[in-house]
Amino acid sequence: MLDALRSRLFCQGFRTGKFPPAAPSLPDGFRGRPILSGGACPATCARCMETCPTGAIVMTEGKRPSLDTGKCLFCGKCAQICPEKAVSFSATEYRLGGFTREELIAVPEESYLPAIQKDEAIRKIAGRSLKIRQISAGGCAACELDFNVLNTLAWDMGRFGIQAVASPRHADAVLITGPVTHNMQLALQKCYDAMPHPCWVIACGSCAVSGGLYADAPTTARLPEGMHVDLFVPGCPPHPATLLEALLRFMGRTPEAQA
Amino acid sequence: MNLFSVIKNQTSIRRADLPRLSVEEFRQAVLDKVQSGSTRVMDFFAEGRTLYAVLGDANAHAFLLTSCEINQEYPSLTADAPAFHWFERELWEQNHIRPVGHPFLKPIRFSEGVPGVTNYFTPAGDNLHEVAVGPIHAGVIEPGHFRFQCLGETVLNLEIELGYQHRGIAAMLAGGPDRKTEFLIETAAGDTSAAAMTAYSMIAEALGMAPLPTAGALRLRRVAMELERIANHVGDLGALAGDVAFLPTASFCGRIRGEYLNMTASLCGNRFGRNLIRPGDRSGAVLDAKQAQKLIDWIARIKPELDNALTLLFDAPSALDRLENTGVVSTETARLLGGVGVAGRASALVLDARNDFPFATYRKIPRIEVGSGDVMARALVRRSELEESHKLLLEDLRAVENMTENVPDAPLKSPQPDSIAIGCVEAWRGELFHAALTDGQGKFSTYRIVDPSFHNWYLLSMALRGEEISNFPICNKSFNLSYCGHDL
Ligand code: SF4
Repeated sequence: MLDALRSRLFCQGFRTGKFPPAAPSLPDGFRGRPILSGGACPATCARCMETCPTGAIVMTEGKRPSLDTGKCLFCGKCAQICPEKAVSFSATEYRLGGFTREELIAVPEESYLPAIQKDEAIRKIAGRSLKIRQISAGGCAACELDFNVLNTLAWDMGRFGIQAVASPRHADAVLITGPVTHNMQLALQKCYDAMPHPCWVIACGSCAVSGGLYADAPTTARLPEGMHVDLFVPGCPPHPATLLEALLRFMGRTPEAQA
Repeated sequence: MNLFSVIKNQTSIRRADLPRLSVEEFRQAVLDKVQSGSTRVMDFFAEGRTLYAVLGDANAHAFLLTSCEINQEYPSLTADAPAFHWFERELWEQNHIRPVGHPFLKPIRFSEGVPGVTNYFTPAGDNLHEVAVGPIHAGVIEPGHFRFQCLGETVLNLEIELGYQHRGIAAMLAGGPDRKTEFLIETAAGDTSAAAMTAYSMIAEALGMAPLPTAGALRLRRVAMELERIANHVGDLGALAGDVAFLPTASFCGRIRGEYLNMTASLCGNRFGRNLIRPGDRSGAVLDAKQAQKLIDWIARIKPELDNALTLLFDAPSALDRLENTGVVSTETARLLGGVGVAGRASALVLDARNDFPFATYRKIPRIEVGSGDVMARALVRRSELEESHKLLLEDLRAVENMTENVPDAPLKSPQPDSIAIGCVEAWRGELFHAALTDGQGKFSTYRIVDPSFHNWYLLSMALRGEEISNFPICNKSFNLSYCGHDL
């Protein structure tokens, strides 16, 4: 007991990050929100589209690339390969979560502001407490590992009233990772059915948002009928800061939402 | 006549040069080797109606390959060499080949049908009861279904049904390589990306898809793999502490694990080392002298904190009492079932792919003198591997002068046709085995991934026999096996 106290006082110290409200510390080489140049690409070039493992890039009218962050693995290959430097990734914009699938599609934009939670009911019910039942449904485990990290003292999501719970009966939201395999679909459905309503669905990671790498796999079943997603969090896996920010914004706990 | 082709790690062989034995010869040759204890089963699979066996000979630092043609069935090997039991179940499920005489033939990942809905091993008698848990578990963890057959508090048997995470990766890899291949490999088990990409890179190099890596690229692989090992071992020891309610170490390690993930991220932008390792000299990392120095300083800051957190745990008799003599797997059981990696070494098996099938820049990794096969041994193996990994890591970082410079993707050549290539690494859980078979057009006709968990899941079952059901969480944590790496 004394040893534990001594450790805490003299060696380990207080280590909970200052994020938020301070900016999170992101790694060198972090790839966040894609930045697309507004100009048209050469008529014959399609190198980014040919390289992208998940088909996240499409050419819109006038041959301008748009990038679906819901499919993106953030590997950065497109940015590397593009001779025109039409695609790059922000090293600081980690706020990637969106409430609709459309918000996730990056197009050439002047500036980017993530959506604000406008739904009064969500802010009222979930604003101070969000209990989450996480379900792994065919992912690679990295998404759930970095959700779990929010539980460590470095991120301490409990400060904001966010908690992972065991029973779906105690949950306000189900956080899905993975593309939802056929073999997990029934379990996911049963879990969702056991949750008291209103409750929300969070798709965490490109697998859960769009199927990701596994979108076309015959083993992929996607979401059971009747479940629609309320919060999409892109990334493979999403950085803990991206996920935490998205959860807080969903709850309406950002200064903009409270203003 | 040669019964086996002998090949080294990271090399390939023409299919035509592989021995084709009769079923009887094949069976006898493979059993002789495995039963003599001189080799272990690395892989056992079929393509079409050809059976392939790959055995690992640690003394010769080589793999023994052989094959035979069969029809719909062949006499099972499991009764004579139990290490084949899971492979034969896979074979039956994936290839519809029947190993006649297999003692308990059933699917392992339910690629057809519904997982969990199957016959279970059920003892009969009064006062027995059954506890079913999962696929969804209490914590934030992957899905699997566990059936405990109990007499009072005592577990007579635990049966583990997996397959919920089955994504069909093997089927998606066949026909490649294509633009998805490297990403599929990296996400086969998302906590083992660096090791998996190293294995794949070795195969790509063996098949002439990429030039052999430079010393710098090799060193980067070792850096990435050892960072991966450290992060996971730290996380596991913290989780074990948490499971016996020793919270200081649990919370300190949770944070410290993140530091090592962030070190990986500082190289490539991703905490799990995605895009970090690529075949040949390609790489998604910048590791120059400045970056290396930054990591060296970072480790110098964190390592004392890690030591402090672990000393707390390993100096607390009340915590250790829960780990000692819990979930014992005897050496004999581990050997017969083909246990590998951390769990294998904890049961006194002498194996480590870094020594047995040298790759990257690994030289002799010292043997760990723990062998009691209990949760404590699995914890101690991790603790001593942490020391070794830090040594290797610092050695590499200090040697960095000007290593790799974010080399953009040079297109890979198409693989050498009609060949078989092997890449085997010691991932943090244990040996991770990859093999690629190419067709006449230079496409992968089969790409095999054998995760260490594939060998070890049944050891967890054995660890639970005779235990209290309440010891399941720490037993499970002490193995910390991959569900997705198994289910693929
Ligand atoms: S999105 Fe990426 S990290 Fe998350 S489960 Fe899928 S493959 Fe893994």
